[in-house]
Amino acid sequence: MNIHGVRAIYRFEMARTFRTLMQSIASPVLSTSLYFVVFGAAIGSRMGDIGGVSYGAFIIPGLIMLSLLNESISNASFGIYMPKWAGTIYELLSAPVSYVEVVLGYVGAAATKSVILGLLILATARIFVDYEILHPFWMIGFLILTAVTFSLFGFIIGLWADDFQKLQVVPLMVITPLTFLGGSFYSISMLPPVWQKITLFNPVVYLVNGFRWSFYGEADVNIAVSVGATVGFLVLCLGVVWWIFRTGWKLKA
Amino acid sequence: MSPLDASITAPDAIVAVRGLSKTYKSGFQALKRVDLDIRRGEIFALLGPNGAGKTTLISIVCGIVNGSEGTVTVDGQDIVRDYRAARSLIGLVPQELSTDAFESVWATVKFSRGLFGKAPNPEYLEKILRELSLWEKRDSKIMTLSGGMKRRVLIAKALAHEPRVLFLDEPTAGVDVELRHDMWQMVRRLRESGVTIILTTHYIEEAEEMADRIGVINHGELVLVEEKTTLMRKLGKKQLSLQLQTPLQAVPEGLGHWPLELSADGSCLTYTFDAQGEDTGIAELLRKLNALGIDFKDLHSSESSLEDIFVSLVRTHA
Repeated sequence: MNIHGVRAIYRFEMARTFRTLMQSIASPVLSTSLYFVVFGAAIGSRMGDIGGVSYGAFIIPGLIMLSLLNESISNASFGIYMPKWAGTIYELLSAPVSYVEVVLGYVGAAATKSVILGLLILATARIFVDYEILHPFWMIGFLILTAVTFSLFGFIIGLWADDFQKLQVVPLMVITPLTFLGGSFYSISMLPPVWQKITLFNPVVYLVNGFRWSFYGEADVNIAVSVGATVGFLVLCLGVVWWIFRTGWKLKA
Repeated sequence: MSPLDASITAPDAIVAVRGLSKTYKSGFQALKRVDLDIRRGEIFALLGPNGAGKTTLISIVCGIVNGSEGTVTVDGQDIVRDYRAARSLIGLVPQELSTDAFESVWATVKFSRGLFGKAPNPEYLEKILRELSLWEKRDSKIMTLSGGMKRRVLIAKALAHEPRVLFLDEPTAGVDVELRHDMWQMVRRLRESGVTIILTTHYIEEAEEMADRIGVINHGELVLVEEKTTLMRKLGKKQLSLQLQTPLQAVPEGLGHWPLELSADGSCLTYTFDAQGEDTGIAELLRKLNALGIDFKDLHSSESSLEDIFVSLVRTHA
């Protein structure tokens, strides 16, 4: 195991994060605060409780997931796309590092950043609404699992993308709609019956509900299914990354 | 050149390439069964026109491009099977100026050392940066540096993990004279410390100045590998130019025995001979000139450069 190599990549990526602190931390925290003001305070005060939880508190897990997914994907995809774009990837390819080590470095850094961001948003939410966390360990567990899984997914997007547009297209066209329709702002039971069925095909529903369960002990779906689906997706992403590095797809001529 | 037996590797070879071929997806065959041994501690220059396969060869050895056929070992380690051991011995300075923009010089060099699995060693990195006149710039962002400075950064990165084999892909392309000389000095120092150096270039001057051995590659084939001095002796021609006192109308009949050329104005006789030959025929020619009463006011002899040799080689194999 090339520990020095993993550490070098991880530090490099974290340094990039701290260089762009405004963009990578401040901006998602600010935008989430705006959601709290609009939905939590302004609109939420006119809405009834959902499952015994105030609307402002209800949307916290969903909002954190929203940022977590977007930031994990954009961070990790950008992290590996940049060396490809700038040509500095030659060094990574010629280095004595295995794909596991490359993934540990890049995905580890992206996931770390997402977890920090998630916790910051959680702290920010405290300013606007009162909430409780019934299962803190599960909460942290979901946070880390989701951050790692979607950083890995973002890493694949970064490997696949060969221009900036492709880099943006998946987060923008797939992830954002799925998160908005994934029950961040509502309970599935509030939907018309047909949509209640359709929405179960949206993987984000399981993420948001699992995470919400760790806060309030209530969820629209089975928690075991939530965890299972996320872990399944993680394994799938790992398989794809393994295949990419084995074949050199989009990496080596 | 006869293909080498795959099982035989010269005992002093640090890089052994056997039957290496590369066909790109487009169908372009960049390398055709190349066999090559690089000796431990030498400076080897790989010459060839653009698109000859120089960069492809280097890229395969370094792990950036997958070969289609054949094997490469570095100090006995297979570059695919034992990639960790093989790659940690290699440093690569790529042709393109591919650098990070926002990193500092120090950070990027430190990164390279770590990436290649070496524990931090600030003293060693300082030494490299000082040798490359980069120490003063260690805190500068790479994007603020000039092209020549960026080239130095790439060299520093390649040396950061103390490689035993250094690949320099067109190291002096677009580099000013001063940096070129600095680089040549550095390459010599590295060789003295036991590092094997493989450089590609199309500046013949560079190969002539630096290399112990020269390989010429053209259309993906290794046309020849030879000691530089042998090569120049073997293929080199010498010329003797005589500036005549009085111009001649034509080469006098009595000199028909020698391959002589008369300049258009008749004032210069040029004799081309094989530098390798036992008897160059110069003495005989001068005696004959004397006997014929042809006086000359000046004479000088010149050796054909590696460039002439190279051009004639590439033409023959085109």
